[in-house]
Amino acid sequence: METTMNRLREGQCARVTSLGLTGELRRRLLDFGLIEGTEVRCLRISPAGSPMLYRVRGTLLALRTADSGRIRVEADKCV
Amino acid sequence: MCLIALAGNPNVGKSTLFNALTGLDQHTGNWCGKTVELAQGRYQYKGKEYQIVDLPGAYSLVSRSPEEKVAEEFLREGGADCTVVVCDATCLERSLILALQVLALQPRAVVCVNLMDEARRANITVDVCRLERELGVPVAATSADYGEGLETLEEKVREICDGFVPAAESAEIWEASDEAARRFVLRAQEIAEKCVTMEKPSAPTLTERLDAVFLHRFWGYVVLLLLLLVVFWLTIEGANYPSQGLQWCFDRLGELLHKGAAYLHVPQKLRGALLDGVYATAARVVAVMLPPMAIFFPLFTLLEDFGYLPRAAFLLDERFRRSGACGKQCLTLCMGLGCNAAGVTGCRIIDSPRERLIAVLTNAFVPCNGRFPALIFLLSLSFSAGSSLLGAGLLTLCLLLSVFMTLAASKLLSKTALKGEPSSFVMELPPYRRPRVGQVLVRSLRDRTVFVLGRAVAVAAPAGLVIWLLANLSVGETTLLQWLASAFNAPAQVIGLNGAILLAFLLGSPANELVLPILIIILTAGTSLGGETSAQMAELLMEHGWTWQLTVCTIVFFLFHWPCTTTLLTIHKETHSAKWTALAALLPTAFGVAICALLSMLFRMIT
Repeated sequence: METTMNRLREGQCARVTSLGLTGELRRRLLDFGLIEGTEVRCLRISPAGSPMLYRVRGTLLALRTADSGRIRVEADKCV
Repeated sequence: MCLIALAGNPNVGKSTLFNALTGLDQHTGNWCGKTVELAQGRYQYKGKEYQIVDLPGAYSLVSRSPEEKVAEEFLREGGADCTVVVCDATCLERSLILALQVLALQPRAVVCVNLMDEARRANITVDVCRLERELGVPVAATSADYGEGLETLEEKVREICDGFVPAAESAEIWEASDEAARRFVLRAQEIAEKCVTMEKPSAPTLTERLDAVFLHRFWGYVVLLLLLLVVFWLTIEGANYPSQGLQWCFDRLGELLHKGAAYLHVPQKLRGALLDGVYATAARVVAVMLPPMAIFFPLFTLLEDFGYLPRAAFLLDERFRRSGACGKQCLTLCMGLGCNAAGVTGCRIIDSPRERLIAVLTNAFVPCNGRFPALIFLLSLSFSAGSSLLGAGLLTLCLLLSVFMTLAASKLLSKTALKGEPSSFVMELPPYRRPRVGQVLVRSLRDRTVFVLGRAVAVAAPAGLVIWLLANLSVGETTLLQWLASAFNAPAQVIGLNGAILLAFLLGSPANELVLPILIIILTAGTSLGGETSAQMAELLMEHGWTWQLTVCTIVFFLFHWPCTTTLLTIHKETHSAKWTALAALLPTAFGVAICALLSMLFRMIT
């Protein structure tokens, strides 16, 4: 199911299909190894709804929903 | 001598490794004329001396935070004989992205896979031999916390330095392009798949279990508040006795100095200026500031070491985002509770320049350790006499007001002088680790003592001289101090204070902990900073017709006025701009004046 990264539920897993971001944030995510095809899992949503916590290649990453809303993912497509 | 550069991601135990290698033989220094200070140290191995430079933690050599720039430039200039890239065995794949970038720049390198003990506990095994083959450089597995594998690392570094390992001579020049970045990621993934085997954990890890509480939508905030309360309580209660002890020692030493000066027939005036002015003020600053700083900062560093602080930022980010600021500002705000100058320096953790500036400019809105004792004294003077619980409650209210005003000021800035959309926010939450208590204690104690003593000499001592001169030089009948105080009366009354208080604030600019003692000098026409007890001070103020309205306005002005000289100097150092430094002084003052003026109008209406 095609969706965006900020719509994942706690515990849900997905595979990134397009990064849709530019500039500093895109580079920052590349540093953490977040590229097309990378598996991400939503671990926790902050009480205020943003930011959300994801596991990316063994690292816990917090992203604001405004940013993660631009990352397209294929939900429940994990190995 | 061999020069080694130590590179790696943040939170991979790079500093622990640095400390384990060098012991206490280290210092910080500037490199290549840059302003960022790098820790450097030395160690001996097989009769040869190695100098080692600890580069700032970096996620990559492509992104552009100031710290990463320093690391990148150091590696690009190629001054090191050998680069040690520290990786995290528990998430090797991510560490390898940086390692591959470094290797492309500097092939004379050793890859150090650290945190092997944590990896073992998480049932992760790393095939070091295979990794060595894939990367083409020597690999050493270590657990720096336990000193495990250090000798292997030292041996492999020696081999590189002595040229025993053939390394590609010319470094590959790679473009900072998307394509290059993607290539590093894919290669890291490939290597990790070959060299790392992971067993699915049967039970949730410690980090998962702790996060279930610390990031909980209700308990998360409870824990946050409790932790803050405990840190404050320990700081305020714990600082009392050492402060009194230090003051007692300084008083005895002062008496001895007086006797010595009298014996040497030092002129009366000079003796007064040096001992009653310079010495007494500097001693007072040290006695009041050193103990709380020496308690607060180690506690704060322990929380940081443990991995808690980014969790607080995770819980509070949304509040700060709505004010156009960054969630990490709540960390610099907490650091400001210890010392605003330290808080301002801490703002380096914020990536976006706009949001960093907001955090710098609003840091003085939270009261630092130098203001806390005065706030507690004023609260107990008028409201919470005898009840420490009520006092703590009121103090918490003051703090909440501070935080609220910080957010308001941040919002104001991001709508006016620092207009802009909140930038992106990517933050790693590191796994929880047992804090290195011993190391933290030794290091923060040493750093804080140096800081407080430096400040006492550079800032408080000259201020002491000025205050002494003002208190001892006279215009006709009155001293300059009294004359100034009455001159300030008219403007001060507009904001519900009086001339003496406003003058005390002005003269106390070098160090906020001096404001109350200076006030006592002005009121009593005394000429030296005596070690009056709180009870004596309270009595004195009451004799001079102190009212609860005056207390309220003084407290508000204590919370919101210009930052101390040390903080302003730090702001100038961080922003390189007189304009922003001036704004940092004006902004809280404007808030303080406005609130105090409103309050005093209100008080006049009801009485």
